[in-house]
Amino acid sequence: MPEYSIRMMLPEIFLFLWALVVVTFDVLSKRKSGSAVGYLALSGLVICGVILSVTGYGRGFGVMFFNDPMAVFFKVIFLGAAFMAIGSSFGLTRQKIVNHRGEFFGLILLSTVGMMFLGSSQELLSLYIGLELTTIPLYVLAAFFKDDRKSVEAGIKYLIVGALSSALLLYGISFLYGLSGTTDIVQMKINLAVTQLVHEGDIGVILILATVAILAGIGFKLALPPFHQWVPDVYEGSPTPVAAFLSVGSKAAGLVAFAKIVVNGLYAFYDPVMSPNDWGVLVGVLAAAAMILGNVAAIRQTNIKRMLAYSTIAQAGYIMIGMVAMNELGLAAVGFYTFAYLFANMGAFAVVALVEDQTGSCEIATYSGLARTSPFLSITLSVFLLSLAGIPPLAGFFGKYYVFAAAISLAGSGQGYSWLYWLVGIGLLTSVFALYYYANVIKMAWFAREASPHRIRYSGPALAVLVIGLVGVLIVGLYPEPVVQFASKIPFSFGFIPH
Amino acid sequence: MQFPILSLLVFIPLIGMVAVMVIPRERKWAIRWTATIASFIPMVLSCWLVWDYYFRYSGSSAMAYAEGPFNWIPSLNIQYLLGADGISVPLLFLTGLLSTLSLIASFNIENRVKEYFAFFLLLETGMMGVFVALDFFLFYVFWEVMLVPMYFLIGVWGGPRKEYAAIKFFLYTLFGSIFMLVAILILYFTSEPHTLNMLTLIQTGPGLGHTLQVVCFVFFFIAFAIKVPVWPFHTWLPDAHVEAPTAVSVILAGVLLKMGTYGMLRVSWPMFPEALRQLSFWIALLGAISIIYGALVSMAQKDLKKLVAYSSVSHMGYCMLALGAFSSVQAITGCMFQMLSHGLITGALFLLVGVLYDRAHTREIAAFGGLGVKIPVYTSIMVFFSMAALGLPGMSGFVSEFMVFIGAFGALNKVLVGISVLGVVLGATYMLRMVQHMFLGDFDLSRWGGLTEINVREIITVAPLMVLTLAIGIYPKPLSALMSATLENLINLMAR
Repeated sequence: MPEYSIRMMLPEIFLFLWALVVVTFDVLSKRKSGSAVGYLALSGLVICGVILSVTGYGRGFGVMFFNDPMAVFFKVIFLGAAFMAIGSSFGLTRQKIVNHRGEFFGLILLSTVGMMFLGSSQELLSLYIGLELTTIPLYVLAAFFKDDRKSVEAGIKYLIVGALSSALLLYGISFLYGLSGTTDIVQMKINLAVTQLVHEGDIGVILILATVAILAGIGFKLALPPFHQWVPDVYEGSPTPVAAFLSVGSKAAGLVAFAKIVVNGLYAFYDPVMSPNDWGVLVGVLAAAAMILGNVAAIRQTNIKRMLAYSTIAQAGYIMIGMVAMNELGLAAVGFYTFAYLFANMGAFAVVALVEDQTGSCEIATYSGLARTSPFLSITLSVFLLSLAGIPPLAGFFGKYYVFAAAISLAGSGQGYSWLYWLVGIGLLTSVFALYYYANVIKMAWFAREASPHRIRYSGPALAVLVIGLVGVLIVGLYPEPVVQFASKIPFSFGFIPH
Repeated sequence: MQFPILSLLVFIPLIGMVAVMVIPRERKWAIRWTATIASFIPMVLSCWLVWDYYFRYSGSSAMAYAEGPFNWIPSLNIQYLLGADGISVPLLFLTGLLSTLSLIASFNIENRVKEYFAFFLLLETGMMGVFVALDFFLFYVFWEVMLVPMYFLIGVWGGPRKEYAAIKFFLYTLFGSIFMLVAILILYFTSEPHTLNMLTLIQTGPGLGHTLQVVCFVFFFIAFAIKVPVWPFHTWLPDAHVEAPTAVSVILAGVLLKMGTYGMLRVSWPMFPEALRQLSFWIALLGAISIIYGALVSMAQKDLKKLVAYSSVSHMGYCMLALGAFSSVQAITGCMFQMLSHGLITGALFLLVGVLYDRAHTREIAAFGGLGVKIPVYTSIMVFFSMAALGLPGMSGFVSEFMVFIGAFGALNKVLVGISVLGVVLGATYMLRMVQHMFLGDFDLSRWGGLTEINVREIITVAPLMVLTLAIGIYPKPLSALMSATLENLINLMAR
């Protein structure tokens, strides 16, 4: 009998109500709430985190809602991303978004609620709804500067691409439902395997069609080439904290959706010997394309937001290596990598937001000589970028190590996965390219002979975000064991048995 | 628990870095002295280490002063494991010594003092760590950690083309490292039970299949050869060495290059003996090419620092030749001697080039002449080290080259070794021509009349190197006794 326990859903319910409180508070204060509404939103996220830690693992509403290890792990990432995005938007709400602070913060919280629902859904329809709840607030957020052409363009572009990708996803899901007769992912996994055995491979064509549609739909969210073109424009036009939130929160949500539908649902169709529909190679090709294209295109960028946009494309490619290496190590590595990426990428965007607020520019040339006037900012920026580049002993390095370890363990297992060696080779070689453009920003900040005319001042929340990012990158890098332990529970959500 | 001397060697500079970062940036002298002390303590410890190792452990090949294994990331079997033996102890001493001397030589840095000394100490931590780490993950972390401060040190305080030199160094070395990372991961997953412990992997290494051995060997070789650097991987070296500030050039030439050859001796040579036997001729050939190529290019240089930089390629070529002759005890001992001797001599030469450049603001050999009249002390020290570099008997360079050639002649193709010996003649040519041009001949009073003599601080930085160069040259026996048991064991491992 399904159990309708509402307890498991408390964090989401709380955060949803809190988002309404935030909006109402801003309206009731006649738009004069100042920074208070921002602090209100931040405290809501903290409380939500506490509630999440109390509710822990478990299920409610039958198969609809399941706080499994993967859900809890990624909910922490979603909350962290929202926290850091809101923390780095205080400068923005003081200067530009004076009359809509409540909506701005409220929409970020609502999008976070969507991500959290997505994380817990075990069923295709609720998963789809979670994904929509995530993206619809983001369309609005991307176009938040109504008077800025680029922001409006970003919003529209994101809306069109997002709608298209959702449609594709839904189309793919409808095939899966047709084949399996269920929307429950675990049941679907079984039904599909049985159908496949009974019909001796006849379902292959439809399954391939479904897989391609789903991959395209989620590929848009993850910005895997060839579905990546919207990313640089949307990141450039959106308010910087929104771009940051897109790059971490929304991407992590896409990862969860991918893991649930493809990795878990099509589990039986990964084995290269067994299957007519080995989606692994296809995803591997997309990952390779993401790493090559992201890292090469980023080199030529002069705008730091566009550069980071291409860098996030490449980062998604690295994460997908872990996804393709679909063993215990790989799925844990996906979680760990995303966790490390959260600190480094949100931190880097926080620095960009600070510099943009105070200099009005996102050009990389603006960073010239910043190390002399704002040493702390430059140190943190350098640490974040070096972590993204994967230089030890920072968190990003261990993430890469973990992902590559997973791929090599499967490649060396001698079961027809030796193409993963190529994926690892491409990943490592392109990481050398990546270092070039990350180091280029560091070079600007540090190597210039003249000091920068700007001296960056920190507001309390922005400083907190930088410190969280810095400490996170350093601690997770130097002592990753606790996070590794936490992440290595993720495979249990996919039917791997605890040892 | 024993006294954690190796951890102290590694982490005292790191503590020093934190201390330097806390000091206000206006108090430049406080920063300089804090940094020097944070480097001086490890140097004293490394002296004690040499002493203690010589009397207590030099008879056996086992790892001394082992710390750990402590679990660091147990989920992936990553451990904190340190140890030192006859090949790492002398290199630790070299690192401690050159770091301290370089810091003293850096007292004249006036621009962004705080950052400079902080990065320098981080660099020292990385270097020390590489020489003591016995867990592959730890080794790789230290190997890479070093790149970041080096990038900044070249890029911020370097010469006119500093940006280019810094990024080239960074990218080149990272490119090598990724091959090492793959090889490490392959080794990890092929070992049963999975381990990253280097000592265990050395024992089980020959059990790998032939192809896997060759692949891992080549991957490690690329990483290490870029660091050495072996021709044709050497192109980052002249840029980095020439653009780097004096003290950083000293560290680059004195310690960083040795990490490549150390890696070969520690990791890939004993771990993959079968691949080594198959490829040893090619390694020796690359060594011979490096010797001749480096020397010829040195001869063509007009810039004094470039001359010293290319001579490094040539001198490290002797190490590679010796490593190609892996079956000979003399050759491997000669390789170790050459690593140390090159560290001392080239380190000193870079310091001396810096001394002259600080005063004359040019390094062009043709711009000088007859300096012996004006600055006799400097001249005599410079001539001393030039003689050491060209292998004058009685100094460390001669001992090491002699041992390399004796060993290589017995173990390798005689034509190859014969050609390599020409490197010594070429070395004498470029060094003597430089000495002749700069210090003999006519003195240009109008241009260099105001040139001042080397000062006491600068003499302090080169004096220890002179003493050691002479000491090793005259009485090399204690040093070879220190290493002999370890090297014999290594050769036995390579002969498996």
